[in-house]
Amino acid sequence: MEERNAEVAALGDSVILSTVDAVIGWGRKYSFFTYPFITACCGMEFMSVAGPRYDIDRFGAALPRFSPRQADILLVVGTISHKQAPILVKVYNQMTEPKWVFSYGACVCSGGMYNDYSTVQGIDTILPVDIYVPGCPPRPEMVFDGLIKLQELVAKERSSKWPRGEAEFAPKVKR
Amino acid sequence: MVELSERIKRLLPDAVLSAGSSLGQQYVVVRREAVVEAMRKLRDDETMLFNFMMDLTAVDYLGKRAHDARYEIVYHLYSLKHHHRIRVKVSVGADDPSLDSIVPVWKGADWFEREAWDLYGITFKGHPNLKRILLYEEFVGHPLRKDYPIKKRQPLIGPEN
Ligand code: SF4
Repeated sequence: MEERNAEVAALGDSVILSTVDAVIGWGRKYSFFTYPFITACCGMEFMSVAGPRYDIDRFGAALPRFSPRQADILLVVGTISHKQAPILVKVYNQMTEPKWVFSYGACVCSGGMYNDYSTVQGIDTILPVDIYVPGCPPRPEMVFDGLIKLQELVAKERSSKWPRGEAEFAPKVKR
Repeated sequence: MVELSERIKRLLPDAVLSAGSSLGQQYVVVRREAVVEAMRKLRDDETMLFNFMMDLTAVDYLGKRAHDARYEIVYHLYSLKHHHRIRVKVSVGADDPSLDSIVPVWKGADWFEREAWDLYGITFKGHPNLKRILLYEEFVGHPLRKDYPIKKRQPLIGPEN
């Protein structure tokens, strides 16, 4: 052991020791490709998040991919109705791992003000959600706060978490 | 000058039950059996020429009106020629909420009538394709009726919650 410590000391500053997970996590957290699944009014606020004034690009999450197969983050933005739910699950299951789900706005987190016949009462009933940002709609600052928290989460993740597998969703009626 | 609703009443004495204006909007209440005939006349008469069916919807007056006049179907018509508009209202009862379809008069009424059927359960007799337009096929009931339980969930295709 002592011998090894001496060896390490001899290397000086020319080597940095880390774990593979930490390096991968560091790389991932600054290079999110997003899939914006936008269905309702929160999308208006998402435009200002993505636009030049607030500029989500500063956090490395600017590039929207319009194919779920190329995306890491599923940004669920806007009310999800029961009719939309199977589509959302299909999109999630098409994304390659690792993947994270960002619940954007009160409607997506809990159904928001729509406690009624048509709205899914929170997408965590159909998908695993990694970050919840409430607000109707949330201000861009809140979204960035959520994004930074998600980055912290991603940086700490262990590779054993993946793959997470398909979302469990058993529709009562097959179509 | 005679008000538009009054003129319509004179034009269709058998069909119009009452006429008036509310907050500046002229309206006529039409007998349920006469609706298609009255609409055709409103569209074709030289002094009316309501060639644009702007809106068709329904209202549920549960607890506010008698059982046999529970629902009201409301049409909004506009004339591109004369630039005048009218609101036409028809009452139907709770036991048989049905009336004749006006699709033969204005084709554009098709989806409006499907929507009123989907959400209020009003049957439009003679409609070419009366099926759900907004909700999914498996949905049971008509959710905008006032007696549809607000907490009721029909997780037929979505999650159970
Ligand atoms: S949370 Fe508010 S702003 Fe966002 S989709 Fe729902 S109703 Fe619209």
